[in-house]
Amino acid sequence: MTSTKSLPLGSEERAAGNGLISRRWLLRTGLPAVGALGLSSEMSRAEELRVPDWSSTPGLDLTSYGQPSPFENEVVRPTLPLFPEGIGDGSGVSFTPLEKLAGTITPNGLFFERHHSGIPEIAPEEHRLAIHGLVERPLVFTVEALLRYPMVTRTCFIECAGNSLFNSMDEPQQRTAGEIHGLIGNAEWTGVSLAHLLNEAGVSPSAKWLVAEGGDAAKMSRSIPIEKVIDGDAFIALYQNGERIRPEQGYPMRLVLPGWQGSMNVKWLRRIKVVSAPVHTKDETSKYTLLQKDGKSRQFTYEMGVKSVITSPSPGREPGAQGLYQISGLAWSGAGRVTKVEVSADGGSSWAEALIPDQTPARALTRFQLPWVWQGQSATLMSRATDETGAVQPTREAWYEPYAPNQLFHQNAIQAWAVSSSGGISNVYV
Amino acid sequence: MSMSKLGLMALWTATTFTLAISGNAQDLGQVVSESDLAKWDISIGPDGVGLPAGSGSAAEGETVWLEQCSACHGEKGKGGPAGDLVGGIGTLTRPDHVKTVGSFWPYSTTLYDYVRRAMPYYAPGSLADDEVYAVVAYLLSQNEIISDSAVMDATSLPEVEMPNADGFISYWPSPETEN
Ligand code: HEC
Repeated sequence: MTSTKSLPLGSEERAAGNGLISRRWLLRTGLPAVGALGLSSEMSRAEELRVPDWSSTPGLDLTSYGQPSPFENEVVRPTLPLFPEGIGDGSGVSFTPLEKLAGTITPNGLFFERHHSGIPEIAPEEHRLAIHGLVERPLVFTVEALLRYPMVTRTCFIECAGNSLFNSMDEPQQRTAGEIHGLIGNAEWTGVSLAHLLNEAGVSPSAKWLVAEGGDAAKMSRSIPIEKVIDGDAFIALYQNGERIRPEQGYPMRLVLPGWQGSMNVKWLRRIKVVSAPVHTKDETSKYTLLQKDGKSRQFTYEMGVKSVITSPSPGREPGAQGLYQISGLAWSGAGRVTKVEVSADGGSSWAEALIPDQTPARALTRFQLPWVWQGQSATLMSRATDETGAVQPTREAWYEPYAPNQLFHQNAIQAWAVSSSGGISNVYV
Repeated sequence: MSMSKLGLMALWTATTFTLAISGNAQDLGQVVSESDLAKWDISIGPDGVGLPAGSGSAAEGETVWLEQCSACHGEKGKGGPAGDLVGGIGTLTRPDHVKTVGSFWPYSTTLYDYVRRAMPYYAPGSLADDEVYAVVAYLLSQNEIISDSAVMDATSLPEVEMPNADGFISYWPSPETEN
C-alpha cells in the first residue's frame, strides 16, 4: 500500500498543539506511519504462535441467552444509592461505563439507571396504559393491544438531567468518564406513536399539556407540552435494541421524548392525562429545576444541551507506551445533530476538528476520534461539541455563570482530563 | 385457479381490509369511564383540581408525622437522612441556600400530590386522604406558612400562598422574560 513513511510531518498533519494529528489522516490513508510522526520506528517482536486448548477440543454448549465473555466481567454499571440503607432503597443511579464501550449504541444491560423507588416487577398481562382527561373517549390499552399498532423505530439517547452532576462540585471529583457522564445511554427504540393513540382517544381543542405517570411506587409524573407529541417525535417504546425493554428501563413500556430530560421519558408508563396546564409535580419544581444566583429558578428546561466527552484516553484508559493513540469520545445534543467536535490537547489553547460521520444522527450519540501522539508530555485533553442550531458546548465557568452553587442539572460543560508525564489521568477544572 | 376467482379473492381481501381500517386506524383501546380510573387519577393541579374530599390540621398531622415520616425526614422536618422539608425560607439568593418544601416549592398542591403518590417511602398510598391533608398541614405550619390551627381541605389548600410562588421562570417554549 501507500508508503506514508516518506510523508513529512508538516503543518497539515499537526492539527493543533501538543501532539494532535489532523483528522485528514483518518480519511485519507488511515494511520500515519510512525516514522512520519517522528516516532521511533523500531518494531517489537512477537513470540512464536502456539495452538491453544480451545482450538483442540469442542467448546461449550448452545446458550439460550448469550452473555458477555467472562473476561469482560468488569464492564459493569457502577451503582450509587442516593440514600442510606433502609431510608430510600431503590432510589439511586447506576452509570453507563462509557469508557469501556465503543461505537454509539449502549448495550441494554449497561444502559444507565435512575429509579426513584426501585424497579417494579410488572406482569405484562396486568399492566394497563390509560389515556384520559381532555379527550372524547378515555381509553385503556393492554400491552397486547399496543403490540398490534404500526411501529416506529428510532435511535436516540436518553440522558438524565442530573448527568455530569459531579462536575458541578467545587473540587474536581476523581471518577471515570462513565462515573461522571454516564447517566446517558443510546439505543434503538421501537414502539407506538403517542400522537396516534391520542387521536384514537380524541383530544379536545383545550388540551395543551399531558401528564405522564409511571406505575412504579414513586409514580414518577411529569407534565409534557403537547407540542412534543402532536407533530412531535414522542413515542411509547416497547423494545430497546430489538428486544423488549428491560425491567430497569421501564418494562413493559416507557415514554421516549428524544432529546429531553431523562426523567420525562417516564418508565413503566401507566397513564397519560390530557390537561390544559402543567400540574407542577415535585419532579418539575423541587427537582429538575435550576436555581440562579438571583434566587429565581429555571423551570421546564427540557432539552439536553450540546455536550461531548473524551472516553479514551480517560481515567482507566491511560496511555501505556509512548506513541500514537486515538482520542475517542461521544458527542450529542438534545436540539438535533452534532455538526462539529473539536479536540484540544493543551487545555484549550489550540483546537483541532475531530473526525465525525458525514451524517450525524439527530438527538443520538455521535462518536468522534482524532489521532494523538503522546511522547510522555503532560497534556490537558478536552473536547467541545457544536450542534446544528449553532450552540457550542460551554466552559465550566461559562456554564456556571448564571447559577447558584451546587446546581446539579443540565451540566454540559467541557470536560478536561489532565494527562501527566507518567500517563496518569485526572479530572481537572480549567 | 381461474383468473376470475383470483380477481374475486383480491376484491374480497381489499374490501375486508378497507372495512377493518375505516374510521380510526386501529382502535384497539378499550373505552373506560373516569370513575373506573379514579384510583389511578391522582394528579393534582395548582388550582386544586383533583384534590379529594376530606381535611386535616397541623395538630392531627403531627401524629401522622411522628409515626410515618420523622424517622427519615427528622423530628420536626429537619435533620433526617432523607432530606429537610422545613426551613430555608429567604435563603435562595444566598450561596448557602437551603431548598425545602417551605423555601422552594411554588405550590402547596404539589405537596398533597407527592405525599399521596409516593410517601411514606415504603408504603405509598397507605395514608387516608384526611391523614395526607393533616401531614401536609403539619409541614406547612412547621414552615410557618399557615397557622397551627388552620385546616387544610380541597378549598383552603390551593389558597395557601407559598413563599417562592413567584420564584420560577418558565423555559418552555422559550425563556420567559424576567421581571
Ligand atoms: C423510609 C424513609 C422515608 C419515610 C418514612 C418518608 N420518606 Fe419522604 N422521602 C424519602 C426519600 C428517600 C425521598 C426521595 C425520593 C426520591 O428519590 O425521589 C423522600 C422525599 C420526600 C419529599 C420530597 C422532598 C423534596 O424536597 O423533593 C417529601 C415532601 C416527603 N418525602 C414527604 C414525606 C412524608 C410527608 C412522609 C410521611 C408520610 C414521608 N416523606 C416519609 C424517604 C422517606
